[in-house]
Amino acid sequence: MTTVTSAERALLPTDEPLALLSAAGELVADPALPMPADEVLLDLHRKMVLGRRFDAQATALTKQGRLAVYPSSRGQEACEVGAVAALEERDWLFPTYRDSVALVTRGVDPVETLTLLQGGWHLGYDPYEHRVGPQCTPLATNTLHAVGVAHAARFKGEDSVALVLLGDGATSEGDTHEALNFAGVWQAPVIFLVQNNGYAISVPMSKQNAAPSLAHKGIGYGVPSVLVDGNDPAAVYAVVRDAVRAAREGGGPTLIEARTYRIEAHTNADDANRYRDPSEVAYWLGRDPLDRIEAYLRSRGLLDDTRRDAVLAEAEAFASKVRDGMNAEVAADPADLFRHVYAEPTPALREQAAQLAEELR
Amino acid sequence: MTLSMAGALNRGLADALEADDRVLVFGEDVGPLGGVFRVTDGLTARFGEKRVFDTPLAESGIVGTAIGMAMNGLRPVVEMQFDAFAYPAFEQITSHLAKLRNRTRGKVELPVVVRIPYGGGIGGVEHHCDSSEMYYTHTPGLRVVTPGTPEDAYHLLRASIDSPDPVIFLEPKRLYWAKSEVDFAAGVPMDRAVVRRTGSDVTLIAYGPMVQVALETADAAREEGWDAEVVDLRTLSPFDDETVAASVRKTGRAVVVHEASGFCGYGAEVAARLNERCFHHLHAPILRVTGYDIPYPPPKLEEHHLPNVDRVLDAIARLQWDDEVIGVA
Ligand SMILES: Cc1ncc(C[n+]2csc(CCOP(=O)(O)OP(=O)(O)O)c2C)c(N)n1
Repeated sequence: MTTVTSAERALLPTDEPLALLSAAGELVADPALPMPADEVLLDLHRKMVLGRRFDAQATALTKQGRLAVYPSSRGQEACEVGAVAALEERDWLFPTYRDSVALVTRGVDPVETLTLLQGGWHLGYDPYEHRVGPQCTPLATNTLHAVGVAHAARFKGEDSVALVLLGDGATSEGDTHEALNFAGVWQAPVIFLVQNNGYAISVPMSKQNAAPSLAHKGIGYGVPSVLVDGNDPAAVYAVVRDAVRAAREGGGPTLIEARTYRIEAHTNADDANRYRDPSEVAYWLGRDPLDRIEAYLRSRGLLDDTRRDAVLAEAEAFASKVRDGMNAEVAADPADLFRHVYAEPTPALREQAAQLAEELR
Repeated sequence: MTLSMAGALNRGLADALEADDRVLVFGEDVGPLGGVFRVTDGLTARFGEKRVFDTPLAESGIVGTAIGMAMNGLRPVVEMQFDAFAYPAFEQITSHLAKLRNRTRGKVELPVVVRIPYGGGIGGVEHHCDSSEMYYTHTPGLRVVTPGTPEDAYHLLRASIDSPDPVIFLEPKRLYWAKSEVDFAAGVPMDRAVVRRTGSDVTLIAYGPMVQVALETADAAREEGWDAEVVDLRTLSPFDDETVAASVRKTGRAVVVHEASGFCGYGAEVAARLNERCFHHLHAPILRVTGYDIPYPPPKLEEHHLPNVDRVLDAIARLQWDDEVIGVA
C-alpha cells in the first residue's frame, strides 16, 4: 500500500465539498472555513438577487430576438457572485461566455456585458476599466492568459492576483493542463475556479473525467486544490478569499472545484431534455444557492421582508435598465469592420473600406 | 428523396456505419444529443456507444486518438464542433494526420475524416464562423472537401470515409437546412469539380457556402445579358484543373467567389492556376470576390462582409466586355 505523504496531503482536496451552510441554510457542524462577516453575507445576498434577475432578463431578451444567444448561469450564483466578491479592485477576472453575472457583479455595465451575445461587437467593455479579460469563447484559452497576467503582476512588483473561471468540460482541454503546470512552476498568483455544473453541453462528468474529483488534478502540477460546495455562497467566498490571500502573499496558485448545477439548458438554443432527466433538475432546484443564503440570513435575523423587498426592488430597477439599454437600437457601423484590425489600417484595408462605403452609398 | 444537408450527412454516416464495422463516429456532443447541428442524430441509439460516442472536450485529443485508432485498423470519423474550435487540433492535423503516410514511406495509412462545420451567414458569435479552408488546403497530405448540395454531401461523405487518405470535410453551416433532392444511387466522385450550370460568357467558380450565391448571381446576370457558367469545386484539394480550366477556356472570363478573406486565400490559388493554363484564352483578368481581410465580424455586421449576388455581379461588370478594344478573340 502506498502512503500519502503530508506534502501530498496538503495539495489534495477534502473528500467532501467544503461547506458552511447546509442545503436548508443551516450552519454545518465543525465547518473547516471561517464564516464571512454579516455585512459580507448581506452583500452576497443582494448581489445574487441582482444576478439572478439579470440572468432572467437576458433569457427573456433572447425570446424577443434581442440577443443572438444567451448561456444562462441560473443556479450558479454562489460561484459567480461569491468568487468575484472575494476579489479586490486591483485583482483580475478572466470569465467565460457563461459568466455574465460575474461581470455585472464586478461592476461591468450590463449592456456592455451583453454586447458580445447581442451581436453588435465581440466585446462591449474595456478590459482595463474593471480588470476583466474578454469573455472567453474557445474553451480554456483564458486559463493561460490569466497565468500570464498574474505572472506579469508579480514581475512588476504588484500584489494583484488573477481569478480565472472555467467549466468542468474545459478542464479536459490541453490549455488547462498547460496553465496549471505553468502556474505551479512559476508560483503565479492565480486562482482557477472550475464551476462543475455537471455537463459540458450534453456530455456528463462521467464521460469527462476519471479522477476522484476535478480538484484532484491540481496535485500532479503541485497546485493545492480545494473542493467546495458551489451552491454555498458563504463557502465559495471563504475559499476564494483564502486562495486570493495566499496568492497575494506569494503562496502561488490554487485550483478550486465548485460543485454546482446548470438549471437551464446550455444556451437558449439547446434542448437539455435530450441528455438529462428532469428529476435531476428538480433535485438541484431544492439546493438553490439563493434560497440557502436567504434562509440562513433570516434565521440569524439579518434579513426580513422589508430588506428583501428593497433588494428585489433594486433588482427590478436594474433589470429595467438592462431592458432599456438593450431595446435601444444599436447603430452598427460598417466602417467598424476595418478599424482596429491593426494599429493603423493597412493600405489594403483602406481600399476595402472605401469599396464598401461606395457599395453602401 | 428530399433531404436537408444535415439530413443527408446523417444518412451518409448511418450508411457508412452500417456498411463497415471499422467505422467509428466520435467527438463532442455527437452521442445522445446528436451533435449541435443534429448531424449525428439517432446514431448512438442505432449503432451503440461503442461505435458512436462522446469524448472529453479536447480537440487535440480527439484527432490525436483518431490517428492512433486509424493506425490500428479503424476508420474514425470525428467532429469538430465549430471551425475555430478545431484549432487546438491543428498540430495533430497538420503535423501528424497529414504527414504520417509520407514519413513512413506509405507504411502508415490514416483513413480519418475530420468533419468541421464552417463558414458564416447564420448570425453566429465570434469563433463560430471562420472559413479555415486555406489552412488545410495549404497542407500537403490532406484532402479537403466541401459539398454545395445535400446530394453531394451524402456522396462526398461516403467517398471521404472510404478514402485511404485523411479528409478534412468542411460542412457549410449556412446550407445545413437547405433542402433538395438526393439520389442515393447517383455516385459523386471525389476530386472532381462539377459544372452546376452551363453558360458561355463567364465562369463563376465557387464552393460550399458560395455555390448558392453563384447560382443566384448567374440568374441575375442573365437579365443583364451575361450568360454565366457556374463551377462548384466540391473538392478543394486536390484541385480539379481539368474541369475548371475547360470551363474558363470556353468562356474566357472567370470570377472566383469565397467567404474567406481574400489575401492568401483560396481564390489566389485558383487564379494563379488559371493564369498558367488559360492565359491565351482570357479576355480579362481573373477576379476574386471574397470576404474582407478582417477577423470574422459580429452578427450585426456579417452581411457587409460576406460576398453576395450584388458583389459578384459588380465583379462580372468589371470584366472587360469589349473584345475589340482588348484585341483577344
Ligand atoms: C475549444 C472549444 N471547443 C468546443 C467548444 C464548443 N463548446 C462551447 S461550450 C461547450 C461546453 C463547455 O462545457 P463546460 O466547460 O463544462 O462549461 P459550461 O458551458 O458548462 O459552463 C462546448 C463544447 C468551444 N467553445 N471551444
